[in-house]
Amino acid sequence: MSGKPVLHYANIRGRMEPIRWLLAAAGVEFEERILKTKDDLQKLRTDGCLLFQQVPMVEIDGMKMVQTRAILNYIAGKYNLYGKDLKERALIDMYVEGLADLFELIMYHEFKPANEKEKDLANIMDKATNRYLPVFEKVLKDHGHDFLVGNKLSKADVSLLENILGLEELKPDALAKFPLLQSFKARMSNIPSIKKFLQPGSAKKPLIQEKDIPSVIAIFH
Amino acid sequence: MAAKPVLYYFDGRGKMESIRWLLAAAGVEFEEVFLETREQYEKLLQSGVLMFQQVPMVEIDGMKLVQTRAILNYIAGKYNLYGKDLKERALIDMYVGGTDDLMGFLLSFPFLSAEDKVKQCAFVVQKATSRYFPAYEKVLKDHGQDFLVGNRLSWADIHLLEAILMLEEKKSDALSGFPLLQAFKKRISSIPTIKKFLAPGSKRKPISDDKYVETVRRVLRMYYDVKPN
Repeated sequence: MSGKPVLHYANIRGRMEPIRWLLAAAGVEFEERILKTKDDLQKLRTDGCLLFQQVPMVEIDGMKMVQTRAILNYIAGKYNLYGKDLKERALIDMYVEGLADLFELIMYHEFKPANEKEKDLANIMDKATNRYLPVFEKVLKDHGHDFLVGNKLSKADVSLLENILGLEELKPDALAKFPLLQSFKARMSNIPSIKKFLQPGSAKKPLIQEKDIPSVIAIFH
Repeated sequence: MAAKPVLYYFDGRGKMESIRWLLAAAGVEFEEVFLETREQYEKLLQSGVLMFQQVPMVEIDGMKLVQTRAILNYIAGKYNLYGKDLKERALIDMYVGGTDDLMGFLLSFPFLSAEDKVKQCAFVVQKATSRYFPAYEKVLKDHGQDFLVGNRLSWADIHLLEAILMLEEKKSDALSGFPLLQAFKKRISSIPTIKKFLAPGSKRKPISDDKYVETVRRVLRMYYDVKPN
């Protein structure tokens, strides 16, 4: 028995990707049980493994955790990526929750039908460049530190990097107007555990291929 | 001097209601600034106090907190309603995640057409009785304790009570078949701070009506064409 966390999800980024990112950034090795069919999901349900009949589910420290935020909060708390006190946690939570709203748009974009993709992308980039990225550029500018909160790596930094890279996959010049975010991205990408995750062969999932979308949707619906 | 928290939102439930519940349950008095006009909202936007240009926003302990979950996490942590360690926090976060998803299905409700309201009501009741209530009934059954986590009042209990009452507003016998949740409801409702919040004259908001919908649309210039789940 390895004691490594075990991640239960489909073979896509979806709602599990932020969890893969955070574990990887924390230097924690994990295993994955990939759901391929609806039957795989049903089995987890009938075995009583899923508190609300949903994945993501992560087996960790004797618990079968569900609810993405709960899992991320636990990992962040355990591996000291959640600030040093309540006020730092409040800042981290604010940043992460804002980024989660952006992430939701990016996540669903993969599954939009071809005729809706262009409009959807325009909406994502509008929100990114006018609502979200300026906030984080300003945070970095105001305190001049390398990390968003408390001069130390936290789950907020990991989430920001994940979302920046997600945006750049959609539009390579997404960071054109944000010089501090550009250097943030370079710095963060060089952190050894993160650098490793960004290399081929890591647990980081690629964007879904169009041919695979129907089989993934079939698992969940 | 400890100033009271100030809540910036509409005069209605929406995403602020869970925050009102938690503050009230913690025995914390608060003030409210209600958004009523577009100009008021634009002034707030220009003043830079809304980090992502959105409400809820709560001024508390020198911070202007936004993002509902961030605000709730902070209040729960500050007032010892977030468990005693990481593992209890994990359980609380899981349970709150469920009730948040459930109550989330009701957020759009006031904005729906009469026909869509019927559909959404059936949808939410079905989710509550087949997915969420059974989960919490089982938690209470398995440990036999009065509270969901750690044998002690936590944010999870307050959030569950809020969800139960919202469901009962849609279907008065929503808890039939869940005897432990019925007893839980009575028990948590009689906690003095919560009992006070449930009594008339408190800051608890009524079910959102057309006036609320009108105000939100006017102020935000959004939510004109909301679809059911």
